[in-house]
Amino acid sequence: MGERLLFYLLAGLMVLFSVLAVSTTRVIRAAVYLLFVMILMAGFYFMMGYNFLAGVQLMVYSGGIAVLIVIAVLLVHHIEHRVERLSAFEYLWKGAVVLAGMVLTLVSLRQFSFRRLEGAEHATVADVGERLLATGRGGYILPFEVISVLLLAVMVAAIVIAKGESENARNHD
Amino acid sequence: MIDGVGVYDIVAVATIVFFVGVFGFLTRKNLISLLISIELMLNAVVVNFVAFNKYLYPGRLDGYIFSLFVIAVAAAEVALAIALIIALYRLDNSIEADDMDSLQG
Repeated sequence: MGERLLFYLLAGLMVLFSVLAVSTTRVIRAAVYLLFVMILMAGFYFMMGYNFLAGVQLMVYSGGIAVLIVIAVLLVHHIEHRVERLSAFEYLWKGAVVLAGMVLTLVSLRQFSFRRLEGAEHATVADVGERLLATGRGGYILPFEVISVLLLAVMVAAIVIAKGESENARNHD
Repeated sequence: MIDGVGVYDIVAVATIVFFVGVFGFLTRKNLISLLISIELMLNAVVVNFVAFNKYLYPGRLDGYIFSLFVIAVAAAEVALAIALIIALYRLDNSIEADDMDSLQG
């Protein structure tokens, strides 16, 4: 009962903060509401017993991505900057389309009968690590290595893109 | 597994957050706000992976590992997107999506 109550509390707060994140006119506030949504999702993972995943979510999303977005907002905006709003008509029809999609998805999910595949649960960090580095059937070593290369490439690309312009300007002077 | 909470409840919450993200993506004009909406959608999808892994395939770890991969790729995507936003801001002094027309003839 207590866990159920906590779940619905987290779920309600998550929906509230995600609505606020897309409706507030201040970009910096939207970034902070996004941070709250991410932290609440880590709460879901903790409740499901996936502690390592919750830690990754807190570190990468809340600690990395949210802070990166806040820094980007501070770099390109004044802190009091407000985004312009659309007309009420556009909000209305876009909201109606999204609401229709949401209701359709929820109804079809409700009608789908999920079948549980029984099996002994083993989801310790050691299991995850072994599975990530397994080379045999069902092993994930190849995507793991591909993502390592992707992260390196993205890091180099981000540095080049973000500072390339000023370097050129200096050469022209 | 959470006591008294079925897989439908978790997936329903994730669906609502996903469509809120879609709404934000359709209504926002600011590049950083668009990025925030994309992050909402990605987060909702990760919750789906985790819930299906926990409730439907408890003997396997595929959903768990895929959510780790999604988080890693999302981090890469945000880093690159913010680098692009900063470069575009240097170019145009604006990050409104409507001003991004320098590739049009």
